[in-house]
Amino acid sequence: MTATTAPPASAGASAARAEGRAAWILALPFCLLFLAFTAWPVLQSLFMSFTDTRSRDLRTPFAVDFVGLDNYTKAFADPVFRRAMLNTAYFVLVGVPLTLTIALAAAVALNRGIHRFRSVFRLGFYTPVITSIVAVAVVWRFLLQEDAGLVNTVLGWVGIDGPNWLGDQHWSMPALILMATWRNFGTGMIIFLAGLQSVPWQLHEAAAIDGASAWQRFRHVTLPMLRPTILFVSVTTGIGYLQFFEEPFVMTSGGPLNSTISMSMYTYNQFGFGNYGYAASLSYVIFVLVAVVTAIQFRLLREGD
Amino acid sequence: MGLNSRRANWWLYGVLTVGLVAVVAPFVWMVLGSFKTEGELRQSPPTWWPQDGTLDNYTQLFSRLDFGGYFTNSVIVAAAVTAGNLLFCSMLGYAFAMLEFRGKRALFVVVMTTLMIPGVVTFVPLFVLVANAGLVNTLPGLFLPFLVSPFGVFLMRQFIIGLPKDLVDAARVDGSGELGIFARIILPLCGPALATLGILTFLGSWNNFLWPLVVAQTEDTYTLPVALALYSTGQNSTNYGLLLAGATVVVLPVLVVFLVFQRRFIEGIATTGIK
Repeated sequence: MTATTAPPASAGASAARAEGRAAWILALPFCLLFLAFTAWPVLQSLFMSFTDTRSRDLRTPFAVDFVGLDNYTKAFADPVFRRAMLNTAYFVLVGVPLTLTIALAAAVALNRGIHRFRSVFRLGFYTPVITSIVAVAVVWRFLLQEDAGLVNTVLGWVGIDGPNWLGDQHWSMPALILMATWRNFGTGMIIFLAGLQSVPWQLHEAAAIDGASAWQRFRHVTLPMLRPTILFVSVTTGIGYLQFFEEPFVMTSGGPLNSTISMSMYTYNQFGFGNYGYAASLSYVIFVLVAVVTAIQFRLLREGD
Repeated sequence: MGLNSRRANWWLYGVLTVGLVAVVAPFVWMVLGSFKTEGELRQSPPTWWPQDGTLDNYTQLFSRLDFGGYFTNSVIVAAAVTAGNLLFCSMLGYAFAMLEFRGKRALFVVVMTTLMIPGVVTFVPLFVLVANAGLVNTLPGLFLPFLVSPFGVFLMRQFIIGLPKDLVDAARVDGSGELGIFARIILPLCGPALATLGILTFLGSWNNFLWPLVVAQTEDTYTLPVALALYSTGQNSTNYGLLLAGATVVVLPVLVVFLVFQRRFIEGIATTGIK
């Protein structure tokens, strides 16, 4: 950190060199940690996915047999992994639209519908987002109990006989989606609230003068203006939901009858059994799905411009 | 129109209030439940207010189980991860925002493309790496892989790029060294961005689950979520009061931090779009 006292006029090339050197010194810690703990594992994971690495090969990760695409063909033929893919698709395809709809409705209501207590509602709706999924999953396991659970008690007040949520293979996944929506819609709501600030109020006034109803204004003014925000929220939510893990781990252990086992959870289970090569290939399937979703986002966003 | 919109307004307040109760009720029930006896927690229909409140669940949590130790582990890991991210991400963020250097564009592209890589992709080889380094079941094994994040670099770069570049040029004219400019001029101006990054990073680490679950293999290195998840699926899975008290211990500190710093939280989410 010696102060260079060279006058600026004669600085020229040596100043540029000093700047470049300083930049790399600043970048070095990040680069080393990034190489060791992100770049290298990403590549090694790909390598491992083509091998039969097991836990006993831990100390000799390169002295394993190359098995080509065997792990991948095995994955797509594995009935439990196929079930896990279906479950994950269910979770994403129902969970994302549900989460988005509630987030958008809450944002619109808070933005225009009410004037008092707006920050109280905003704060309350956002609270579940910051809490540990493990902790809320533990709590929801009790809330969703068949007889002594709060959810079924409340349903009973309005005359509905609630199901055995986590014990019934048809209701277990809806129960997890319900909880995920409850926990996550606050994030979307905050981003939508920021997006709604950019919708010009004059457009609404003009439409109202032309006789457009509130719903028509929402449909033809607000929604088109929010398109980039909606895409962004659906993709980030989708990426998160594609990897859901804590919910089935804590609430159902993947059951009953594998009805809630997710791709991440099955990957973790295979890792636990010591099948490292197989687990690596499963994780790459998830990776490719995430990459595809991200690529679609960029494509759609570019078209929106 | 006026009367109509006022009526719609009351209707909206009603719906939002019901929603708010539904969102907050599980937390209230969790905290109240942690003071109930086992018998009361099994009653049907469930009770709301504890009939004869007890601290037994908390006593057990910190005496029979070592939640004090897990709490300490969580704090150490989250503090290390936060410190690393604040320092290293702001350093690279500054280089990206204000300095010219060879390889800048390529490095930026590499860092940004890894922003979306899910943790589930890297945990198997990462475990092999950490195991070979002898760090399984140690606290450094828990925090070393998370000391930097592409998200942190992005957030700091976006903030620093908005600062006037004249500051840097003027400091150079005054003869300040490049690293001194970063430490003495840029960093002190980054307060808001550092606060946002610090809060989000601490929170992410506090709630992180998959990696600690893989690395922490005995009780002395468990973090709170790992301990809670393993107890809730293992021997104590039927010990309701204990689990609710455990969940309260995991959630409550975060809730307090959130309520104190809520404005910064929400601004951070709205500007970066990432939680």
